[in-house]
Amino acid sequence: METSNGIQDKSLQSAASFKAFLLKSSTTSNMNVYEHLTRLLMKVMDEQPQNVVDVIEDMSLDVKRATFDGMQSTLRDLPQITAAELLAEQQHLLFSRPEDADREEELVETPLPNVSETGFYLEQAGVGLAREEMQRVFLALKQLVETQALMRCRLWGKILGIETSYIIAEAEYREGEEDEEQSTDEEAADGEGRKAETHLTENETDPLPQSTYKPPPVVPKEARGTGANKFVYYVCQDPGLPWVKLPSVTPAQITVARQIRKFFTGRLDTPVVSYPPFPGNEANYLRAQIARISAGTQVSPQGFFQAGEEEGEEEDEAPRDSYEVNTDFEGRQVAEMVESLSFWVHHTQHILKQGRCTWVNLAVRPGEDSNEEDVEEKEEEPDEPEPEVGPPLLTPLSQDADMFNTPPWSSKMSSTLTSQHAVAVLRSNLWPGAYAYACGKKFENIYIGWGLKYAGEGYSPPVPSMPQKEYPSGPEITEALDPSLEEEQALKDSLEEQQAAQEEMEDTEEGEEEDDD
Amino acid sequence: MDFNTLYYSWELVAGSGQTLSLEQRVALQTSLVILQKNYKFSRVLFWGKILGIKEDYFIAQGRGEDEMQDKKNLYSLNCIDWFLLPTTTDSMIQEVSTAAKGRFIGDPSHMYEHVELRRQGESDEETVVIKVREESRLAVTVQQIDEEVSVVPRGAFIKSSHGLVKINRSFGGLSDSEAMKLDNYLHFSEPKNLKKRSILEKGDLNPAIDFLDVLTDDIPKGSWSLQRECAGRVCVLRSLFWLGLTSYHVPMTPQHGYIYIGDGTKNLDLPFML
Repeated sequence: METSNGIQDKSLQSAASFKAFLLKSSTTSNMNVYEHLTRLLMKVMDEQPQNVVDVIEDMSLDVKRATFDGMQSTLRDLPQITAAELLAEQQHLLFSRPEDADREEELVETPLPNVSETGFYLEQAGVGLAREEMQRVFLALKQLVETQALMRCRLWGKILGIETSYIIAEAEYREGEEDEEQSTDEEAADGEGRKAETHLTENETDPLPQSTYKPPPVVPKEARGTGANKFVYYVCQDPGLPWVKLPSVTPAQITVARQIRKFFTGRLDTPVVSYPPFPGNEANYLRAQIARISAGTQVSPQGFFQAGEEEGEEEDEAPRDSYEVNTDFEGRQVAEMVESLSFWVHHTQHILKQGRCTWVNLAVRPGEDSNEEDVEEKEEEPDEPEPEVGPPLLTPLSQDADMFNTPPWSSKMSSTLTSQHAVAVLRSNLWPGAYAYACGKKFENIYIGWGLKYAGEGYSPPVPSMPQKEYPSGPEITEALDPSLEEEQALKDSLEEQQAAQEEMEDTEEGEEEDDD
Repeated sequence: MDFNTLYYSWELVAGSGQTLSLEQRVALQTSLVILQKNYKFSRVLFWGKILGIKEDYFIAQGRGEDEMQDKKNLYSLNCIDWFLLPTTTDSMIQEVSTAAKGRFIGDPSHMYEHVELRRQGESDEETVVIKVREESRLAVTVQQIDEEVSVVPRGAFIKSSHGLVKINRSFGGLSDSEAMKLDNYLHFSEPKNLKKRSILEKGDLNPAIDFLDVLTDDIPKGSWSLQRECAGRVCVLRSLFWLGLTSYHVPMTPQHGYIYIGDGTKNLDLPFML
């Protein structure tokens, strides 16, 4: 009967687990109930006292006293410091006012953004961190602005990670106060270029096959203040913890970041293990994703920015990369902003396939040919790569392409019941977590999310490249079939015929000569 | 998230980036009270939000006597009018998994179509068109999320001797050190791995509390992210499998809950991303 067996098994199992529970040792006295009860019942068996049930508790105490008591530990418990307490200590610093703050300084335009106002509008839009968290972030930004000499600062957003998350601030230095770029990166790039030249050593014996692999030339990164490196980004893990500056991004990092899909762990020095291998650690990967997100989702109402009017004669090929705030901008109606995407424009440059915002022609080797003639000759080569062009700055969003059959942006009003004072909200479908709002003359962008692009149905990692051929194939080493017996015989016969014919010819010639004589 | 605690629990899950606007919160407070009265639920939860391209769905869940079995899901487009979601059947799940692709649109009557060519015999070709309404897709998604990633701290629910699952009124909260360990959090769905625990482990467990699967048994390992937020006061668990599910617990207090705000798609690339 299966059911009775089943019930038996179940009760056996629960009995076994109860027994295991009884066998657990106590943490304070290192005894367990099972052994104690066994000893107690054995004592009862031995002594067989009268009215056992009345004296059983005393007997139990006796048994316990009889066992050898280990030394009581004289250590006291240290109060455990919780993580919350550690954090509170650090966040305490956020609330301290600097002692030498002049009252006058506060009236001057400050680079500190008004995060409270942004938080209020974002709350209307249904996005953003809670009020208290925003306030803490506000104070942390104030700390950042005071320690670094920044011209402008903005809360860029928050990227979630597995162990901790990152809060990111976007900043721009005042002109002339940028610290010098470390030139070690550029030197490394030159060194790689030189390695590509193969040196053929002349040996008397057969030379070993040389590798004909030339790594593709490294795309130089953009200078500070231009293109993808226009702003500097600071990162902190919790408001109150120190801000860390992220390094500039290189085009190689952007191209690889486009091909991989990884979560952030929350520690900036974690290596990023992926295929194709990412050149850098998590700090570089974070910076590359920030660059991609900024290039794709930073938008503003049309008319807020206008094209910069410097250097009146610009060639048509060079893309505009500067914009100024339009002082004549009057806000647009919220309903209009929601209805049509053409009232929003991108104000960050699109990143080209190369990984930069301005295209660099890699076919021209800098430093080798300084003659203009040679440069012209090279331009006529058919292998000349075509310059990549991206959409110009300040293009409206209505020109953004659909990906995976979804429109790239969704827009809505923050409230339908009180639409007189509502805010227009724009949400990106390509980068989930990117939001923008506009209300009259005010607008702001923010990104709060995992830092990953929407990948459609599924992500398939790139296939590794074909293995390199070991040696060039030539006639000396190609295999050929050995000739068969008939062919050899035929060859031998034809050779003999030829020889016989030759001898005949010689004989006739000799014979003729003899005749002549 | 229990709607009675909505007004203070929001701050705890807002670290994931999505919140509700004040107007929506107020509307929820009113409409969920009416909902509870009409459907006679013992408890109403605000389950979360599924973001669609044109509109977002707000989802609420009503619980009855047994917290695990008596669940009803409702959806709304404006937090005021609520509609009951159909109960999911196996055939519905099958249809949705073949036909519904891409993001949610935001229109509950949108039809997803999937055309299949089936050959029957030698020459017959039948085109089978599978049509699924977005409403069914929504119901299946909510049920899948509940099944796979709804999380409660250990000890918050007890199983009575009748087999009913109820809230544990004497749950005092996990301690600080316990709250940061993943094995103190349990899946709130029918257990699948329970029998596989060794007898030694079972000695520690209390059958009234430990009748659910532990999160550390999930495959792939590492599909949960446990962090402290809000100045270290709240333990937040985020699922990496269904991006958007956030579960919170304030240690040493009975406050806990979970909410899903996301686009309702499973993250199948998880093994590449870890």
